[in-house]
Amino acid sequence: MSSNRILAIARKEFFHIIYDFRTLLIIFIMPVMQLIIFGYALNMEIQRVDMAIIDFSRSTESRHLVQEFSGSRFFRPFYYEGAVSGLDDLFKSRKASVAMVIPHDFETRMRTGPDVPVQLLIDASDANAATLINMYCTQVILNYNEGRGTKTLVPLDARSSILFNPNLKSSYFFVPGVIAMILVMISCLLTSITITREKETGTMEQILVSPVRPSEIILGKVLPYVALAFADASVVVFIGLVVFRVPFNGSFLLLVALTTLYIIAALSLGLTISTRVRTQQVAMMLAQVATILPTIMLSGLVFPIASMPKLLQYVTYAIPARYYLLIVRGIFLKGSQLAHLLEPTLFLVLMALVLLITSVRRFSMNLER
Amino acid sequence: MPTNNEIAVKTKDLTRKFGRFVAVNSVSMEVHRGEIFGFLGANGAGKTTVIRVLCGLLQPSAGSATVADLDVYSQSEQIKHKIGYMSQRFSLYEDLTVEENIEFYGGIYGLTKGQIRNKEEQIFTSFGLGPYGHSLTASLPLGFKQRLALGCAILHDPPILFLDEPTSGVDPKARREFWDIIHQTSEEGTTVLVTTHFMEEAEYCHRVLIMDAGRIIAIDTPHNLKKLHQKDSVQDVFVTLVRRELEGRKEADASYV
Amino acid sequence: MNAIEIRNFRKHYGAIEAVKGVSLSVRQGEMFGLIGPDGAGKTTLMRAICTLLVPDEGTILVQSHDVKTDIMAIRALLGYMPQRFSLYQDLSVEQNLRFFADLFGVSQEEREKRTEQLYRFSRLAPFKKRKAGALSGGMKQKLALSCALIHTPQVLVLDEPTTGVDPVSREEFWDILRSIQREGTTIFVSTAYLDEADKCDRVALMHQGEIAAVGSPSEVRGTFDQPLYQVSGRDVRALRHFFAALPRVRSTQLFGDSVHVVFDQEPMDSEWQEWRRDSHEDLERWSLQSPSMEDVFFEFIARKR
Repeated sequence: MSSNRILAIARKEFFHIIYDFRTLLIIFIMPVMQLIIFGYALNMEIQRVDMAIIDFSRSTESRHLVQEFSGSRFFRPFYYEGAVSGLDDLFKSRKASVAMVIPHDFETRMRTGPDVPVQLLIDASDANAATLINMYCTQVILNYNEGRGTKTLVPLDARSSILFNPNLKSSYFFVPGVIAMILVMISCLLTSITITREKETGTMEQILVSPVRPSEIILGKVLPYVALAFADASVVVFIGLVVFRVPFNGSFLLLVALTTLYIIAALSLGLTISTRVRTQQVAMMLAQVATILPTIMLSGLVFPIASMPKLLQYVTYAIPARYYLLIVRGIFLKGSQLAHLLEPTLFLVLMALVLLITSVRRFSMNLER
Repeated sequence: MPTNNEIAVKTKDLTRKFGRFVAVNSVSMEVHRGEIFGFLGANGAGKTTVIRVLCGLLQPSAGSATVADLDVYSQSEQIKHKIGYMSQRFSLYEDLTVEENIEFYGGIYGLTKGQIRNKEEQIFTSFGLGPYGHSLTASLPLGFKQRLALGCAILHDPPILFLDEPTSGVDPKARREFWDIIHQTSEEGTTVLVTTHFMEEAEYCHRVLIMDAGRIIAIDTPHNLKKLHQKDSVQDVFVTLVRRELEGRKEADASYV
Repeated sequence: MNAIEIRNFRKHYGAIEAVKGVSLSVRQGEMFGLIGPDGAGKTTLMRAICTLLVPDEGTILVQSHDVKTDIMAIRALLGYMPQRFSLYQDLSVEQNLRFFADLFGVSQEEREKRTEQLYRFSRLAPFKKRKAGALSGGMKQKLALSCALIHTPQVLVLDEPTTGVDPVSREEFWDILRSIQREGTTIFVSTAYLDEADKCDRVALMHQGEIAAVGSPSEVRGTFDQPLYQVSGRDVRALRHFFAALPRVRSTQLFGDSVHVVFDQEPMDSEWQEWRRDSHEDLERWSLQSPSMEDVFFEFIARKR
């Protein structure tokens, strides 16, 4: 292996990247856009949820309860004068996402005890939001109880506290996700495209008739993209830390090491694709199918794996982002050490090895199909 | 040699610039109906640009040009109905059969099914493509692809035909057979403008035009050109004239190509 | 030792036999032309020599190295220019040259000398910072040639370097090739222009996967042993039809403004007069003609049938 040749190929690749200004722009702007979308447009937290109140009690006590909700920034309660049967329409027309029905003997029973059932009806057509609404309602009621010195029995054990992300800030959730996305995209998509492009334009034919070896071509082509992937990920991390104030509790070194492993796995996937296809268009489509869609849908980025059907859960084992998300969320939010992340790490190592070995072996050193 | 006075294509001081680069510099010419007119010149001499203007694909920067009495400035869309164009790379769909390609091109020229079928018959007979009707275009030998491309270019019976290096790479026999077809088409009244690098094909043209650096440096019948410059072949005339231009050019970086 | 030794090379793509048992030798330092139209198998043969394709049958030796086993050794001593422009369009002339110099491990010193030399004959120096994609067709050819020569190869393989290029540029290119040959490089070049055969030391005519004839241009023309006449008159097409109908005519071909007529036997003077009359004075001139490459080519195709 000649380091000169590898450097020559890497340098050439670097020029291609720099001269293709438009793609470069997209590579850096896209994660920023994704952060903006996830961060501000798609708000996965709940805020100012419309709450319909049917107060049969109309007592001082019930008003205090309602005030507890008004005081919280999560809810916007309003009095609904209709019957309970009318709540259906209210939900359907989205005038309210939750309704609270206070029984007529609320005040009396609050004074005498032991407890008062208060009915909460939650529109669960958005299941994620419904879960959150439920939790917040419970929290508000607990606060109300504590304020009054009484205990209210509730169906859920509201004592559970939410670890590592007590305010359920979704930025803690998606910033690592965007990192995983951008890395897999650059490493897999761009790598597969660059090799197939040389085949398509005919330049591969020219460089093959030289002393260059397949390992040199692969290394030389891949190195600039590793650097690019790191650079891009750094931008995301920076924005995450500074703008979204995601905490960083773990080891930086570990993050870099395991990120490199993830990049290698994604690269190898890109290489494998490039050994199988002949045109850039097909490479691009295959790479997108193999990376972007699975990463968004099946890696646990947006939808929890545990809530997927069993069959799909098995499929998620084949997706590198699944492991990386565990790793990056672990390091950022939980301060996890390598010992805790052994399983996802080993899976990534296995993936990277298998893909790398097969792609290098399949890399054709002539024009035979 | 057509001796009618009908002019199929006419340009006067036609000029086309791209930024500061003058690709076509004040080109004036007339092509008679039914003529086979050859365009010779190096790549970059301006031939392709002239043809693009005449096809209605580019607007001139200055000067005038009419094709089938239609003005390239204001009537370029109508011009497209009157011309057939066969490109160098034969723009055929390799993964369609011969019939499917014909149907496609017939369709985009707005021919009815009946009209397409008629033309298809004609093409099969006169171009010898009959036995290949159901074959995939990709499997045809190059000479036959070329004929199919020509057939597709004349489906709508255009009075004017533009052929851009139509015989590129084809073997000498197929090339001659192709030129027989071109000759036949011209006898039927179609005006044919053709570009080529095979100088002996220039001999088959009624008149040729030699371009260099955007300007016309010769325009006449092959016979007259050879007589005037006392050469045996159009190739020799070409080389002599172009070399002369080269030497005459005053640019510092006088690299021809 | 011959620079290139091909013995019984066969190659097929699926059901299509691209090359059917070709044997050839290219001598050290010679300029060898592979002449033939598209579909002849030239590109397949050249790619096999450059170790880009593997022979199905037969052997190919380049400077005694076998293309099947000694691939890297061959790639280091070859310079290759494929038919399609295959340099990096978004890199400059300089950058492309530098890249290939790196790829071939050309030393800094050697590189400077060589680049200067290459710039001199290609006259690309004023354009060195220009992107390859922005060069004209002829300049691209010269750049591709320069990149193939940067490491001073022993053998240069060029696949139709003059296709789609005008006659003046073509002549320039052949001049450059000759000067490279004088340096001692063996040159194996293919072309679809039959008249370029005369610029080579030896040629091989190729048609549909087979070699029609091998030898020096004059030897190849010598294989043509039929009497050939060039006739011309007012209407060459009519003239052609006239002669094609005659019994002792083997073949007729249009050649620009004349017709080449091949006879089975040498015709007599009296016959010429007769024909002049029969053609209604269309026939004006006739002369014995030494066959051109194209004539040889036509004869070969006819004989195969």
